[in-house]
Amino acid sequence: MRTEGPRTLFEKVWSEHLVQPETADTPAVLYVDLHLIHEVTTPQAFSLLRSLDLPVRRPDLTLGTMDHSTPTTPVTSLRDIAVVGENAARQVAQMEENCRDFGLELLGFDRRERGIVHIIGPELGITQPGKTVVCGDSHTSTHGAFGALAFGIGTTEVGHVLATQCLLQRKPRTLLIDIEGRLQPGVSAKDVILATIGQIGVGGGTGHVIEYRGQTISAMDMDQRMTVCNMSIEAGARAGMIAPDDTTFDYLHGRSRAPQGPDWDRAVERWRRLPGDPEATFDREVSINARDLRPMVTFGTNPGMVVAVDEPIPDRTDASFRKALDYMQLRPGKPLSDSPVNVVFLGSCTNSRLSDLQQAASILRGRRIADGVRMLGGTRLQQIKAEAEALGLHDVFKAAGAEWRESGCSMCLGMNGDTVPAGQLSVSTSNRNFEGRQGKGARTVLASPLTAAASAVSGRVADPRRYLQDTGTE
Amino acid sequence: MTVEAVRQINSRTVVLPVSDIDTDQIIPARFLTTTSRDGLGAGLFADWRLLEDGSPNPDFPLNAESARGCEVLVAGRNFGCGSSREHAAWALLDYGFKAVISSEIADIFRSNALKNGLLPIVVEPSILDYLLANPGTGVTVDVAASTLALPDGRTLDYPIDSFARFCLLEGIDQLGFLRQHEADIRKFEENRPWTP
Repeated sequence: MRTEGPRTLFEKVWSEHLVQPETADTPAVLYVDLHLIHEVTTPQAFSLLRSLDLPVRRPDLTLGTMDHSTPTTPVTSLRDIAVVGENAARQVAQMEENCRDFGLELLGFDRRERGIVHIIGPELGITQPGKTVVCGDSHTSTHGAFGALAFGIGTTEVGHVLATQCLLQRKPRTLLIDIEGRLQPGVSAKDVILATIGQIGVGGGTGHVIEYRGQTISAMDMDQRMTVCNMSIEAGARAGMIAPDDTTFDYLHGRSRAPQGPDWDRAVERWRRLPGDPEATFDREVSINARDLRPMVTFGTNPGMVVAVDEPIPDRTDASFRKALDYMQLRPGKPLSDSPVNVVFLGSCTNSRLSDLQQAASILRGRRIADGVRMLGGTRLQQIKAEAEALGLHDVFKAAGAEWRESGCSMCLGMNGDTVPAGQLSVSTSNRNFEGRQGKGARTVLASPLTAAASAVSGRVADPRRYLQDTGTE
Repeated sequence: MTVEAVRQINSRTVVLPVSDIDTDQIIPARFLTTTSRDGLGAGLFADWRLLEDGSPNPDFPLNAESARGCEVLVAGRNFGCGSSREHAAWALLDYGFKAVISSEIADIFRSNALKNGLLPIVVEPSILDYLLANPGTGVTVDVAASTLALPDGRTLDYPIDSFARFCLLEGIDQLGFLRQHEADIRKFEENRPWTP
């Protein structure tokens, strides 16, 4: 283990989890502190364990939920949830059976902690600085907001972690993204990360772990930091990290699975040593100016195809660019703000935390969504749903004409019954505008919760700043 | 799990001249409700390969007569970005592909591909441009030498992690390798200064 010399946040967490360092011929054996599992990317891994007659090595470091193929239609009792489709129902049943047989905790249909896998960890306080966190899901990068090293893995690797609590990994390179400037009213973390991906490109972070730093990041609360880290994978980086600080500790303090009492004090003392040493260097560095940033929207079929909401769509002649614009039925030279909207989706592991709902509600309060627009809102964790309802947010959504849903991945990916019909334009707070992501033929515009709510009210892709004077919201 | 050893690939190429092909295109989410890794070839590029009525899209390169039996897919830069779904690698293999060539290949897809015996080959942009412009090029991949031979006589080295190459050549199951570290893992757990 290298202890001499200055180290970055990533290097500290990496070296502390090395069971075996890498050599020229073999990858490192990296220990995993928290393995989150869900129903879609685990069945084949459990089949492997069964065929080899292997147990799960550390059930105590494994936590399951069901979110991807489960429906979000409102129910009176969580036991009433009816999974859409025979295959999805089988998948959910198998998840329950696997967790039972292997002795794993499953936050199932009857648990108020059930929800999107990347919302659960932070809400319970089980996502903590300095941990290694993995899950068969690329948005595992979300947990890096706490100073954890968190990344998505494939199903074969899920099997490796279940059986050994370890992964074979080559050490990634490091990329520093320094973001400076105070955000203007109406501009949020989602706009920051969309602009960042637009600048470095959807493959710009490949092979790297990103560390986000700077005044803009320091000023963000944890919900916003999670939005930023969540979309690291959309720049090709498997992980994005932010050094833990008092904002991190305040968020975690008192959460049910965070350390308690004297353990808490010891943990904070350890966490304070995690930020990178001042002299530590990165393989690459990028600077982003967030001072003049405007609300951002995507116009193409990947998250790097992004412009400010009032800026014309750029023109390029390459075939992939043209293919994307054809699919989106958009033309260069015009801003997106003229485009009629059919669906607005407020949700996903990117933006469905309490503050996201509050932001959307600040625009929806006292207004109605435009005729012909369908809006799905609600949180992605049953527990947050209860908190939001205690604040009356569900009434704001319903009064505006939006649907208020149960927790799950919902319309972020078309595999649970919530889809955008072919040809329709959706303004979505999720993370991917890939062709068909929200349903075959669906046209997705990624945006912040403020922009999504403004677009629902306007019926067209809208600049949220137009709606702020009335509410005094930042 | 057994992985079939991959030593040499001789095939003509089939070309998808699109950059940033994400794993949602390779296998759309609605095919992910399976609990098996078999049969996913039926969903490969489903929304591009098949028309509304389920019949083959005649304009899609994989449906061309000349694409029949091709084991090497050439795609625009940044292939396999997005979702971590290993179903993308399973679908390509089930359809009959043994290698994917691009100038950039996304991290998680590359890792998944290598664990299943699908060879990700990264080439210089100029070589990719040549391959994109010449569908049906006959190529030979020598895994042990990590070379890609083109019909014009050029033989190119491509980068590959030495351990991944060893596993491909020998059909090694990486879980078996990892399990040999059990004593080290236990020692690590006993000696760490804090517990998760």
